[in-house]
Amino acid sequence: MATVVVQRPKLKWHEKWFISTLAKGLLITLGHAIAILRGKKKVTMQYPEEKWDANLPDHYRGAPALVTDEHGRERCVSCQLCEFICPPRAITIIPEEIPSTDPWAKVEKRPRLFNIDMIRCIYCGMCEEVCPEQAIFLRKDYAITGLSRAEMVHDKTKLYEIGGVREGLVNKWNELK
Amino acid sequence: MDLVNVQVNGVWHKFPKGTRMIEACRQVGALVPHYCYHPKLTSPGNCRMCLVEMGMPPRPTPGQEPEKDEFGMAKIGWMPRPVIACANTVAEGQGIRTEGKLSEECRKGVMELLLINHPLDCPICDQAGECRLQEFSVEHGNGESHFREEKVKKPKNVDIGPRIRLDDERCIMCSRCIRFTAEIADDPVLGFTERGSYTTLAVHPGKRLENNYSLNTVDICPVGALTSNDFRFQMRVWFLKETKSLCTKCGRGCNIEISSRQNEVYRQTPRENNDVNSTWMCDQGRLDFHFVNSDYRLTQPLVKKSNGHHPTTWKLAVNQVAEALRSVKASEIAVIASGRMTNEELYLTHALVKSAGIENYDVVPRTGGGDDYLRADDQNPNSNGVRAIWGTEPGAKLPQIIAGINSGAIKVVLALGENLIKAGLEKAALEKLTFLASSHILANATAELSHVVLPAASYAEKRGSMINVTGRLQRLSKAVNSPGEARDDWEILRDIILAYAGSNGIHSVEDVFKRMAGDVEIFSGLTLARIGELGVQVMETGEKVPLLERERERKAKGIIVG
Amino acid sequence: MGSFLDSINLAFIIAAAVKIVFFSFMVILPMVAYSVYAERRVSAIIQDRVGPNRTGIPLTLFGGKKDIALAGLIQPLADGLKFFLKEDFTPAHVKKFYYWLAPALVMVPAMMTAAVVPFGSELDLGWLAKLGVEGAWLHKPIKLVIADLNVGPLYIFAIASLGVYGIVLAGWSSNSKYPFLGGVRSTSQMISYEIALGLSIIPVLMIFGDLNLSKIAQYQDKNGWLLLPLWGEGLTFKRLVLWIPIFISFIIFVVAMFAETNRAPFDLPECETELVAGYHTEYSSMKFALFFMGEYAAMIIGSGLAVTLFLGGWSIPFGAPLGLGYVEGATPIWLGLLHIGCFLAKVVCFIIFFIWVRWTLPRFRYDQLMKLGWLVMFELALANVILTAALIVWLPN
Repeated sequence: MATVVVQRPKLKWHEKWFISTLAKGLLITLGHAIAILRGKKKVTMQYPEEKWDANLPDHYRGAPALVTDEHGRERCVSCQLCEFICPPRAITIIPEEIPSTDPWAKVEKRPRLFNIDMIRCIYCGMCEEVCPEQAIFLRKDYAITGLSRAEMVHDKTKLYEIGGVREGLVNKWNELK
Repeated sequence: MDLVNVQVNGVWHKFPKGTRMIEACRQVGALVPHYCYHPKLTSPGNCRMCLVEMGMPPRPTPGQEPEKDEFGMAKIGWMPRPVIACANTVAEGQGIRTEGKLSEECRKGVMELLLINHPLDCPICDQAGECRLQEFSVEHGNGESHFREEKVKKPKNVDIGPRIRLDDERCIMCSRCIRFTAEIADDPVLGFTERGSYTTLAVHPGKRLENNYSLNTVDICPVGALTSNDFRFQMRVWFLKETKSLCTKCGRGCNIEISSRQNEVYRQTPRENNDVNSTWMCDQGRLDFHFVNSDYRLTQPLVKKSNGHHPTTWKLAVNQVAEALRSVKASEIAVIASGRMTNEELYLTHALVKSAGIENYDVVPRTGGGDDYLRADDQNPNSNGVRAIWGTEPGAKLPQIIAGINSGAIKVVLALGENLIKAGLEKAALEKLTFLASSHILANATAELSHVVLPAASYAEKRGSMINVTGRLQRLSKAVNSPGEARDDWEILRDIILAYAGSNGIHSVEDVFKRMAGDVEIFSGLTLARIGELGVQVMETGEKVPLLERERERKAKGIIVG
Repeated sequence: MGSFLDSINLAFIIAAAVKIVFFSFMVILPMVAYSVYAERRVSAIIQDRVGPNRTGIPLTLFGGKKDIALAGLIQPLADGLKFFLKEDFTPAHVKKFYYWLAPALVMVPAMMTAAVVPFGSELDLGWLAKLGVEGAWLHKPIKLVIADLNVGPLYIFAIASLGVYGIVLAGWSSNSKYPFLGGVRSTSQMISYEIALGLSIIPVLMIFGDLNLSKIAQYQDKNGWLLLPLWGEGLTFKRLVLWIPIFISFIIFVVAMFAETNRAPFDLPECETELVAGYHTEYSSMKFALFFMGEYAAMIIGSGLAVTLFLGGWSIPFGAPLGLGYVEGATPIWLGLLHIGCFLAKVVCFIIFFIWVRWTLPRFRYDQLMKLGWLVMFELALANVILTAALIVWLPN
């Protein structure tokens, strides 16, 4: 058995009897209190009035959202990999076939229903990571609120509204194949 | 049987003479990847995926003793080029290497060539998740392509039949579908056109792939070239839960797997059983599951009042049925059951009619629609169960019962799973009855006339056993939950018996089978568990399965592995 | 019978009732509520935070444009409201009678001890006569103490030590391991420190020679506080020498007070890292609030006692030399009110000191707590009594 000999600091008598240490501790806390009272130090941000949005890092993981490409085509082809990978099972997808009259009929498949239950979502970003079509991204929206459970389920319209257009990604379907 | 010594991956084994190399390797656990090879079809050897290294002992010069290895077998001289494992048979002293540089390089090369023109649309393709190309690409593929040119464009989304869609770009030209239509379905409508990279699968001009077995081509297609219109884009296969069960469309009792997710059935696929359906099934049976998910399912027990049907509780509904059975003489009661009921349900029905002394009971027979392949002429999946358990011929008493109802001699009718209007009864005759109780899966005309409607479970929602037309006892398994308050028929019957005659000590479907095994000769010694996934033969009916007969013939000739 | 009725001094009874209502419901209870608020704000600023600063007047609820924040001063009201609205849950496995009794047994002794603490000198209501109010009682100033007992400190200790019953009963009747441990810890802790607490004020009482807290306060008003003996007789040699045992007494008294009120660093009966919430783990809603308020009320009364014994009670520093001292029967009303304010100010400072210590010191280990109580505080207090006695004998003026 390895024995570790811990070197304890040698305490003077007044330290042992909490006399100087007590005073020291009280002075430290008093110092903090005075610094705050004099307004020298400011740590807390007053949230709804002050926001940190401008400083959010690029890799910030907010609400997941669907994006369209520069031609307005919905990038999601409803492969359901995000539904599969989603740890809290927040995503529900029902696929459908794109009708032959649609200009993007060659893509064949799109989501008929795409719901993300934001009460379940844990903002892990796995959906973004797994998406083979670069269709789902975690945006910087973080204040997701609602007055009912139903309101907290983001449907396709809401998801595209949050997501908007993403340009400059891999454009697999714009080529012939 | 002649056995030969064959070395597979350095270990010597014995195989019957004539065994294909690919089967020999599979038997000892060395799986050889393949696309075109299918044991029930001929082996053209055109995908080249199953290339393995092969060798034979060199023929010794006269007087020279052959060199021996450490096992005392003649040393193998390995061939410098690979051979396909699917079409070659094993021979004495042969050596096979499925692992090793040559085989692995071959597979890598074949994979890369197959992927040259294959589109990378796995996120859309329905086959993703059960695609051989995907699997082998991960196991044996290169990870990247050297191909820098344009991919060949081929027709996509081609309508080649009423139930099937073809995507030619995904096709890897294994020709399984062509061979199936030609050899099994006797409807050779598929073939290749063009050459080389441009080879295209197509239907012959003016023909369509519309025979009753067409969807089997979707099953055997190793990629997503052939997809089922019914299942297309419905659900990714990795979400599906597979339950081993039976098809109840006809008396054949084809073994199937029911694929479901969250109490919804998405598809049915055949399951191999070489005594019933080989690895095939008909399209009719395969697509006959949509009623399980139907909006017209009955979900609550109903009682009829002056202003229509109203939901009630099971207890009240069952008590009302028992009360009605007690209210009249046994000779004024008729029980019309169904040949679609399981043995357990038939047994409980029998117990009910016996305890009540009812003489008028029968099932509604259905015939017609048999073909020269798998479909049986008997459309009821369990007619043999009626014969075995009731000891009566289905339909023998039915005309007499119908006459009794029409004449008014029968006043109370219990219809179990049968729409009496379709069975030949008039609406007016049924309206005359003092009491009509019926159990149904879907709302129908008889339910509309019934005083008490009991919602029952479909075949995908219950456990039980059935005897098919060849006398084989097979098992149904529960794939999904019944909607709402709908119950298993055996539970409904048990409750009616309880309400009518008091306790019977039956708590589970196993108990019913146990009791039945004690009463019915052919079931003695069996339990529901002992039936197994493939069933047991309990009767001799003399009926043959044409498709299986032909398959055995071809197997005997060595054309297929079987 | 008639003589009995005559003997009842109606004015005295009314004055006592008014004093009770004023001191316990207008002073102690709001002080409890705002101590909690102070605790949260002070702990926040010590830890570089903000603390509750939002709860104000919710004008937006009534269609206003903006809420008035008031630096969060409405927070205690909101907390109280929350406690009332919470589900009052009684677990199935508890001993119901004692479980219900325990919170009351904590709160009641804490409030009862307030009776003997003088919270001001006296209030002259003679000016009411000018407004036309009649009565003999007007001309006798009201003493600002609820019960002017001659055994004040003894009464306080006697009643305060009953508070431990509440905690023990809560721990036992909850029928659950953490409350039980909390209750047991609390008992031994309170018994241990009560000895030191009692012994620590004996020197003080020896010096005063009196057990009446009002008289003690008056004495200090005249002659300088026990810890600030600078006016009246002035800083004689005797007072200077006696200052040492008084200071020791004060230290022991304060430390024992911390332990008696279960405050950090001696909050072992409810230390959340070990015992979830100690004896009140199974309590919710107002029953929990009573424990909570009982703790703060005990803290306030403790502070009041410390202030009365050592820091001159209601007296104003250098009050006598400055003419702000108490003159029996002749203190003007403004001075009486000033004395009340002075007392409350001292108590508030003491409470802030309590809070400040809580957010500075880490919790003692239980063996350290016991060792400190029995091996240090007890001996020190005992030695201090002997020392004071010897000094008083050797230094007769």
